[in-house]
This record gives sequence, C-alpha cells and structure tokens, in this order.
Amino acid sequence: MSGIVSYGSYIPKYRIKPDEIARVWGEDADSIRTGINILSKSVPSPDEDVATISVEAARNAIKRGKVKVQDVGAIYVGSESHPYAVKPTATIVASAIGADFSLFSADYEFACKAGTAGMQNVLAMVDSGMVKLGMAIGADTSQGAPGDALEYSASAGGTAFVLGKENVIAKINRTLSVTSDTPDFWRREGQPYPTHGERFTGEPAYFRHTISASKMIMEKSGMKPEDYTYAVFHQPNGKFPTRAAKTLGFTEAQYKDGLLTPVIGNTYSGSMMTGLSAILDKAKAGDRIMAVSFGSGAGSDAFDITVTENIEKIDRESAPTIKKMLSNVKWIDYAIYAKFKKKIIVGDAIE
Amino acid sequence: MGKLSAVWRETNHRYRLIAHECGNCKKMYFPPRDVCPICHRESIGKMKEKELSGLGTVESFTIVHDAPPAFARQRPYVLALIRLDEGPVLTAQIVDSVASEIDIGKRVRSVFRKVREDGKGGIIQYGYKFVLE
Ligand SMILES: [Zn+2]
Repeated sequence: MSGIVSYGSYIPKYRIKPDEIARVWGEDADSIRTGINILSKSVPSPDEDVATISVEAARNAIKRGKVKVQDVGAIYVGSESHPYAVKPTATIVASAIGADFSLFSADYEFACKAGTAGMQNVLAMVDSGMVKLGMAIGADTSQGAPGDALEYSASAGGTAFVLGKENVIAKINRTLSVTSDTPDFWRREGQPYPTHGERFTGEPAYFRHTISASKMIMEKSGMKPEDYTYAVFHQPNGKFPTRAAKTLGFTEAQYKDGLLTPVIGNTYSGSMMTGLSAILDKAKAGDRIMAVSFGSGAGSDAFDITVTENIEKIDRESAPTIKKMLSNVKWIDYAIYAKFKKKIIVGDAIE
Repeated sequence: MGKLSAVWRETNHRYRLIAHECGNCKKMYFPPRDVCPICHRESIGKMKEKELSGLGTVESFTIVHDAPPAFARQRPYVLALIRLDEGPVLTAQIVDSVASEIDIGKRVRSVFRKVREDGKGGIIQYGYKFVLE
C-alpha cells in the first residue's frame, strides 16, 4: 500500500494585488479579479529561487512526518524555473536536507506538471522496491512578461511529498497520464518569458487534458464525482479549475479547499501539489481525493487518493500549514515587485 | 578555483548549520572547529558533528544602508548577531522583515536562501539567513 508518507509546502511571504499591476499597465483591476479570479499572488524575495523554495518545502515534509532522511533514496524536483540550466536543483536539495550520497535524483521539466511526473516516478520506485522512501517536489518562481496577462497570475511556491509503503497517510490507489503535442505555451532556451498560443490555452490544452485524465481515472477506479470528498486541479488562474470541476460534476464544497490560486496565484509546478497539501492539512481518515495536474505542451497526471487513519498520527501543525502561510504576508507595490523580480535591470557593475 | 573549493568545503555548515561539539567539555562551535580552544589536546579526535536547530535569539543588530552591490535589491538590510539555542553566536542577515520589526531579544529561525551569485554565469551560493519566528 504505497502513497504519501509526509508532505510540506512553502509559499514566499510577499504578495501583490492585481490593482497594483493594473494601475501600472492601465488595465481594469475589477475585470481581472472577476475575469480570472485572482485577488493576489505570491512574490519571491530577491534571495529566493526554486532551490530555496524546494529546500524549505522538503524540510517541512521531513519535519512533519518525522522522516528519517537516510531512508530517502530518491529526490526529483519538477520546475520550469530551475536556477541553473545545467546543475540539478535536486543536488542542492539533497545536500541541504543531508541526504545520503547513495541517492537517485534528477530535475524534471514538463511545464506545470513536472512535480506530479516526479511523484509518479517516485511511486514506481517505491512499488518496485528500488527505494524505501522517495521525495518528489514541484516548485516554481514563474515569470510573466511585464504587461502580459500572465503577470497577474505567475507566482512562486512549492510542495514536497515523501512517498513510501509504510506509515502511509494518503494511499495513492491509482495514477495515470495523458499526453499530446499541443502548442499552448512554451519558452525557448535563453528566453526570459514564456509565450502562449492564445487560442490554444483553454479548450484544446487545459480543459481537454484535465477533463480527459479526470474522466479516465474515475472510470478505471469505478468512481463518480460524488464519491470524492475533495477534488483538486492545476490552477493557472481561479477560473479554469472551477470550470473544469463544474464540467465534471464536482461541487464547490469539493474543490474550494484545494483552490489556492485566487490568493497565491499560479505556482506552476507547485500549483496542484500545494492545493493537495492544503487538503491534507484538514483531511480525515477515509476521505477520497481526486488530484489532477496539467502541464502545457501538453499533458495531465491524475491521482486517485484515499486518506488513511495514519493522518491522525502525525502532528500536522509541526510544520507550517497552508492556512498559516496564507495568514502571514507582506504586501508590496509594483515598484518593489519589479525590483524583486529583476524586471528592473541594474548595471553589471552592480549585479 | 580556490574560492570555489572554499565555498564547496563550507557547504555542510552553510546549508545545514552543522556545528562541532567538543566531546570533552560539550561546548558547541559554529562554524565548526577541529580543536576545542578550551580543551586543546584533550579535544583532539573528540569533536563531533551536530546539526543545530536553527532557532535562536537576536543579541544585537545593525541596519546596513551602504550595502555592497550584490545586495542592491535588498537595501537596507538587517545584519544581526544571533545566539543559537545550542550556544554558538553567529552573524547573519534577517530577511522578510523591515528593520523596525526587529529588536534585541526577538526569536528567529533559520531559512535557506541565496547568499550571493557569482555574476550571471557563475555559481550561486546558498546558505542560512534568519526570519522572525
Ligand atoms: Zn572542549
């Protein structure tokens, strides 16, 4: 019976409101708020990146589950904003948590589903007996070009899951994926900002893959929407996951706890995983969760999860809960945001 | 290369706050020391690695306005003397707070942050900084 043994998240403390971004670019904040349902987004401090976010999430997971680091035999980090083009973030995480020299590790990239691809990989390694425990992390400090619609949503955060066979708090009953070659969103090597294929982002990309993967996993598991306590999806904005949930037949009571984008923005590889983390913060034994990520390019990973009685045995408050990270924030204006995110370029003599 | 290998050698204590405990007098040293300056020869071969909790208290602090170029985006920043719960005192940056929130006696905990970048193509150094608890 393999599944999630522990989990931990990290969301940077700084937040910016759409009003600030809209003020600078002469857009209407109200229409942004109602249009894409984003009320604020997280912003990383200048000294934070995917490595620091991954380390904080990993440490929170280790602390919460009292995980023996020496038992972690694999670390995979999924992101589209790894700090190095060549030099894996996983190596930095391994060193920072004190993992063994004998370790499977790599960085993954599949737009916003690289972290969940890591989960599937680690799950297979656990099931096959290659490792006792493995860690999969999804984290991003995503960039939206100044003035682009993505600037309202692209944010920062990440979540780490430790997977194993013993002391499982949430059993992964089944996982499956769908993949297609879809030009909805991409970033070429060396380009600072991504490009989106405007008319491809909705129907042929997000909705087709998310809904297909959701229907496939429900069919294979003999489940119906009403059989789930919670449903969580990838959240590029506050509107898409809500529409996907309703299309599939889920109610607000099922999707509201995992829906974080309205307050933290789109954390890309961290998005669905952090939503799942928020659900695990409050889930009870026997709760059934459907979790479906989406990565542009494109594909979806779906998970059918059952929460076990072990969830009551770990001290969930021993690491910061999502609720706690949402309550302790610092608001910044666009000028500070632009400075933090290096949208203001300083001379080579300075940096 | 000499600088790079110096950074690499310090990875353990900078990433994980690894201290050395004297096996003789039990005093904790951070950064780690190979010999206890109190016990001298008595401590040789008895210095044990210990991972510090990262929890501590602000003993003193200063606000740096005339920041080095690499800190341009963080100016002004707070540099503090922090007494860790296990005993050692270290100097570190306190982040995610404005100077007016920081005071002597405040509780802090360590976080993992970028410490410096060696230009756009160089190595990124990571290490400990602190936030208010
Ligand atoms: Zn001594």
